[in-house]
Amino acid sequence: MSVTLATVSYIAATILFILSLGGLSNPETSRRGNLYGMIGMTIAVLATVLGPQVTKAGYGWIAGAMAVGAVIGIYAARTVKMTQMPELVALMHSLVGLAAMLVGFANYIDPAAAGVFKGAEKTIHELEIYVGILIGAVTFSGSLIAFGKLSGKITGKPVLLPGRHFMNLLGLLVIIYFAGVFINTHTVAEGMTPLMVMTVISLLFGIHMVMAIGGADMPVVVSMLNSYSGWAAAATGFMLNNDLLIVTGALVGSSGAILSYIMCRAMNRHFLSVIAGGFGTGGGTPAAPAGGAQPAGEVSPILAAETAELLRDAKNVIIVPGYGMAVAQAQHTVFEITKLLREKGVNVRFGIHPVAGRMPGHMNVLLAEAKVPYDIVFEMDELNEDFPDTDVAMVIGANDIVNPAAQEDPASPIAGMPVLEVWKAKTSIVMKRSMASGYAGVDNPLFYKENNRMLFGDAKKMLDEVLAALKA
Amino acid sequence: MPQVIGVPKETAPGEKRVATVPEVVTKLVKLGFKVAVETGAGDAANFGDDTYREAGAEIVGSAAQLWAGSDIVFKVRGPSEPEVALMREGGTLISFIWPAQNPELLKQLAAKKATVLAIDALPRVLSRAQKMDALTSQAGVAGYRAVIEAANAFGRFFNGQITAAGKVPPAKVFIAGAGVAGLAAIGTAAGLGAIVRANDTRAEVADQVVSLGGEFVKVDYEEEGSGGGGYAKVMSEGFQQAQREMYAKQAREVDIIITTALIPGKPAPKLITAEMVKSMKPGSVIVDMAAEQGGNCELTEPGQAAVKHGVTIIGYTDLVSRLAKQSSTLYSTNLFRLAEELCKTKDGVINVNMEDDAIRGLTVIKDGAVTWPAPPIKMAAPPAAKPAAMPPKAPKHGEASAPASGVKTAITFLVAAVLFWFIGAYAPPAFLGHFTVFVLAVFVGYMVVWNVTPALHTPLMSVTNAISSIIAIGALVQVAPPLTAAAGVERPETWILGLAVAGIALTCINMFGGFAVTQRMLDMFRK
Repeated sequence: MSVTLATVSYIAATILFILSLGGLSNPETSRRGNLYGMIGMTIAVLATVLGPQVTKAGYGWIAGAMAVGAVIGIYAARTVKMTQMPELVALMHSLVGLAAMLVGFANYIDPAAAGVFKGAEKTIHELEIYVGILIGAVTFSGSLIAFGKLSGKITGKPVLLPGRHFMNLLGLLVIIYFAGVFINTHTVAEGMTPLMVMTVISLLFGIHMVMAIGGADMPVVVSMLNSYSGWAAAATGFMLNNDLLIVTGALVGSSGAILSYIMCRAMNRHFLSVIAGGFGTGGGTPAAPAGGAQPAGEVSPILAAETAELLRDAKNVIIVPGYGMAVAQAQHTVFEITKLLREKGVNVRFGIHPVAGRMPGHMNVLLAEAKVPYDIVFEMDELNEDFPDTDVAMVIGANDIVNPAAQEDPASPIAGMPVLEVWKAKTSIVMKRSMASGYAGVDNPLFYKENNRMLFGDAKKMLDEVLAALKA
Repeated sequence: MPQVIGVPKETAPGEKRVATVPEVVTKLVKLGFKVAVETGAGDAANFGDDTYREAGAEIVGSAAQLWAGSDIVFKVRGPSEPEVALMREGGTLISFIWPAQNPELLKQLAAKKATVLAIDALPRVLSRAQKMDALTSQAGVAGYRAVIEAANAFGRFFNGQITAAGKVPPAKVFIAGAGVAGLAAIGTAAGLGAIVRANDTRAEVADQVVSLGGEFVKVDYEEEGSGGGGYAKVMSEGFQQAQREMYAKQAREVDIIITTALIPGKPAPKLITAEMVKSMKPGSVIVDMAAEQGGNCELTEPGQAAVKHGVTIIGYTDLVSRLAKQSSTLYSTNLFRLAEELCKTKDGVINVNMEDDAIRGLTVIKDGAVTWPAPPIKMAAPPAAKPAAMPPKAPKHGEASAPASGVKTAITFLVAAVLFWFIGAYAPPAFLGHFTVFVLAVFVGYMVVWNVTPALHTPLMSVTNAISSIIAIGALVQVAPPLTAAAGVERPETWILGLAVAGIALTCINMFGGFAVTQRMLDMFRK
């Protein structure tokens, strides 16, 4: 395959990737979008392998490595549970980061790649390697920590070291200093020391950054790391003078950044303050602000049988799922109940908060897994005004996203965050394991409202009971 | 020692309701009470003695026995004189009393050293009290039944129809007074397909009327008619004049009029004059729900359905009893909620806690001492208007945000200009080519992703993740490049090969796994 043919193939792949992302914006076209992505990737890989930059000697190695990766990847994709999706995505981001690091190192020690540059070009090339490895390392370690947090292997609470901003700044200065050292070295052996120091600092920086972010902000972090993995690819593209990598990396990078930004807006928070970490601990007084009223009063518990009765008599029901539904694996029971109620003519809809769950769109995926038709699943903005006409609003394992304090209490740490106004329904039922507060660590006055009932217990178990009572 | 709740048969003529239904008996037993029911008490409402027995009640043969054996008596109507005589000294009675209209009854009950809770004296402004609000539950039943009676007497369909046999216009219904009964009537009539109009002196109910499918007809006169506590008050002469004109106009236009206007403690206002009745179309119907208090229509005969000037005027005073099963069920649930409030310990013994605003309001006689009327409830100050510093509503997803301020934009552009100048001044041409591509790709990514539906965020992320394994190409080109490099420096083949192969394997996990998992997710999204 000639150079020009390979270049043309790269352009085709680029177009297919753009179409792929565009297709994913709508459920109707999403499957086609994914197909475009696969075709684009196949073209890009084939064009590279058959192109002028790979000789026949490498085919065996490439085929072997790809086979191993493919088997592991497809196995993981087949077996992962939908509730573990965020973990898998985070883990995969870390692989991209690691690969970017490896490619950077390989490129640096390869005299064939470096030898051709002189003067400013050489400096830029070395900077590209430096930045590529840096982003790769941050993505790698950050994603691993995110994976640990999402899978519960590491505490979900923000871990805040004293003087963390100062430490980050110090790390950045050291990295910049060693960049200067690195550019001025002349041999690979000399350059390896600053490169290694920088890599270690970057890895630590990645760990530190994600450790400081609270569990509630995880959706933002996951999509931010997604963005990083794109930037890592783009940096590699600069390093290798490869436009396909640059374009694709930039596409992924900017789309991830925009997703993070959308998430942040959904929580009415600043992107920077999420990245800086430590939600709800900023002022040191999260739950008891001086001006904020502590919710008081009695909670009214309810039994599964009574819940079933309420649901049966209702005309309009809105179900608000949260992370608790995912943890309890209750989405299938939820769908059974939905089906039963819909057969009885009850108008059942789902209200999804943009940051419900631990990953953007997490709830939608879970409901889709349980075969809930997507035309009864609505976004917060689409049905928030319908709560006053709703007979029963059922909150399953969600807390902060239905907290009226966000609207009513300007002193609350979550003040101003858009929330689903379930308390405006005639009756709201909150399913929860206990009275514990949500990830934001804020007490929820909803529980004490006159028209609210609490159904305590594991969501799956309780919903099974409700289902049994509905069938009876 | 659990107390006994007694449920006598209602003695008032035409009264078919019963104060406690079998379903509620079970719940009362759970609260720890014993329940005794007079034989035949529920017959008129289709609840037989056997169903009560099954629910755990004891059936008592006579009224005298029942009254004597009960600590607490649940009734619908206030007791008659003979019933008061049967009552046990120091007992408790819960029923409708209307203390303002029945001072004589209060005296008799006080003489018995009784404790009396008048369900009609409930402070309705307490939102907590809603579950015990029997006036509301009974009025709702009455409003429904009023429409059914009207439909029965009316010679046409309620809903408009276009049939092979010709076009049928919808019935026009006018409802005077949009209290609970009025609202129930609006909902029922609208549900049957009629065009519904309604009026009330309290302007705040207009929204409720509209929400039930009615149209609110305004009186062309400025005056607010809310008399406190959710009731209406007597209006000024000027207002009444304007109101009469409005009613006269409606009477000429509509087919059915349902009147529900009541003012507490006063005879019902005469809204529909004989003149207005005459102006109505023949075959029209008036249901006067205020018949018991004298009626809203001058020609109403309480308790009767009479035809005057070709208009059927229904003045039944027993609308609620005509739906006895429904109204009994609702009423007894109200009483059960009250029992719950009275017996928070669930040990079957009531505690008439005069500190509790709701119970204080209900209690008209406490241990023989008349405590009616209750002092007005000191409501907590109404919640202040929403905090002025309401945070601005976050912009909706996918919506363009407000344009940034001029200064901000200028600064952003200035920084960008400096950055671009710096790059342009120092970067080699080859780099600039890539840089162009890079910047444009960032913008393409932004444009493409900005409008993604939130439902697809996860698949999108997983597909972008899969696409980011394009980095494999970086590893691919390093495995075995055509070696054209100048000799002199030895290429560390093993190291590079190792790193590259590892890189390929890692990215392939991502590549295949990412696309496969996206496909799996997308397959689940269906209509």
